[in-house]
Amino acid sequence: MSIEVIKPGLLTTVQDAGRAGYQHLGVPVNGPMDTLAFQVANLLVGNPLTCSALEVTLQGPTLRCQAHCLMAIAGADLGAQLNGVPLAPGQAVKVAAGSLLSFGRRVTGARAYIAVQGGFMVAPVLGSASTYRGGQLGGVDGRALRAGDRLAIHSCFRNAPRLTLPPAWLSGGVAEPDGVIRVIPGREWSCFTAQAQQALLDSTYCIGNDSERMGYRLRGQPLLLNAPLQLLSEAVPFGTIQVPADGQPIVLMADRQTTGGYPKIAHVASVDLPLLAQRLPGEPVRFALISLADAQRLAVDRARALQRAQATYA
Amino acid sequence: MIEPDLPTQWACFASGDSCLVLEFATVLSVAANRRAAWAARLLEQAWQAGRLRGVTDIVPGMVTVGVHYQQQAIALAGGDETPFQALERQIEEQLRKPPDDAPVPAQRIDIPVCYDGDFAPDLQQVAHACGLSSAELVARHTGHWLSVLMIGFAPGNPYIGLLDERLSPPRRDTPRTQVPRGSIGLANRQSVIYPVASPGGWHLIGRTPLTLFDAERQPPCLLRSGDEVRFVAIDAVTFERLAAQASP
Repeated sequence: MSIEVIKPGLLTTVQDAGRAGYQHLGVPVNGPMDTLAFQVANLLVGNPLTCSALEVTLQGPTLRCQAHCLMAIAGADLGAQLNGVPLAPGQAVKVAAGSLLSFGRRVTGARAYIAVQGGFMVAPVLGSASTYRGGQLGGVDGRALRAGDRLAIHSCFRNAPRLTLPPAWLSGGVAEPDGVIRVIPGREWSCFTAQAQQALLDSTYCIGNDSERMGYRLRGQPLLLNAPLQLLSEAVPFGTIQVPADGQPIVLMADRQTTGGYPKIAHVASVDLPLLAQRLPGEPVRFALISLADAQRLAVDRARALQRAQATYA
Repeated sequence: MIEPDLPTQWACFASGDSCLVLEFATVLSVAANRRAAWAARLLEQAWQAGRLRGVTDIVPGMVTVGVHYQQQAIALAGGDETPFQALERQIEEQLRKPPDDAPVPAQRIDIPVCYDGDFAPDLQQVAHACGLSSAELVARHTGHWLSVLMIGFAPGNPYIGLLDERLSPPRRDTPRTQVPRGSIGLANRQSVIYPVASPGGWHLIGRTPLTLFDAERQPPCLLRSGDEVRFVAIDAVTFERLAAQASP
């Protein structure tokens, strides 16, 4: 039983929770850009939160389901239609064999997640089904989907679990297209000038055209150091805001390298990474500072709420 | 890796809300690098024994160890303790106590390198820049045991050093868009080995037929932080023979 790719869309990849445990060998984590929407898609069809799903970017694919399945879309509203009938994100639907899922015009957001009950049966590489295009491994031959690909799924006649999810989860980062993104000071925060610190928090940055899964390049007031700084490469997490010599910040995203040597002015709080992942090149970004303790409290609260939702059916 | 004294001094920083960085020095030295590599191996051992719950990756840097974690999975002592504070405390406990067993030992590996002709497009020019003949540069690059300082940039890509003080050219002004797999790069008293064809900004002084990274192999990576390697000069015929053996 499988799903056949009729048209691949702009960039459609298989992603699971990410390739943890190999960063010391230089292997990136990959995984979903919007972790919350990815987890919600899995919740809606009764999957473990870490199950493999498809990440769809801006222009969605056309897929033919050759098996009965329980399917859900979460995250961006990219104009999905099931057999020509609009299918809003945030709900699970029973899909009959032979059905066609297609996408029309984008309504909101940048990335949608398609989950099916049981996940996509993709052989894990280094413990993960996530696609690492740079290293050509994981997912389908380490690349984006192409027309003619067939993804094996489990045939499934089960109903969707009965869930009451917070409305904000169902629209994810899409709910706040202008929302302020909260950041924690980085290791080199105090090495930046007072003007730079102020500019990061008070001015608006624009997402550059060359922004993709590896990093978001921001354009705006340059962020300058008090004095030149030569740093030694070290581990960098998802959401690190690093600043090369030209002063234009780069936010490291899902396909980031494992180590980096640029000064880190700040880090996007984990709970707000989905907001950023749903923004498009050309859209504005504003930042506000929160403490590490607050960022961790918010992240733990959300993780526990997701686990509670999963516990209602798991 | 010569086992250093147990690391006793480090600074601990949050790098965002899901990564903790232990810093053993602020300038690069082989001694500081070894302390970091040793601490990483001790922590990895504790992690594999189930004593650092919630940790997802332990990543040695040049003079640091990065510990990535799932915030909700860190065991808290209660009160107002944050996941960061709890993990810092747990890491401190692990590094202060004597290890149950020796951590994964470091390897010593010879790296065969052909420094001839097309395998070494930048050799002559970079030797000249270092005030050496090509033969003198190769002589200083080979025969010494060197440390794998870090793996980064790409899967399996080692940073190797510290080389002879004379081998300290800056990187190329303009990076190449395509560097052949196995190329040996030289800059700033360090060498890298490009595991796959990729863009790169280091001077190319040779090429190895070894496979640095293969996701299907166990372990996937030839080298790890803290290992010791020695470059050994080979001719083009030997290169081709070893390359034929390496590829299935």
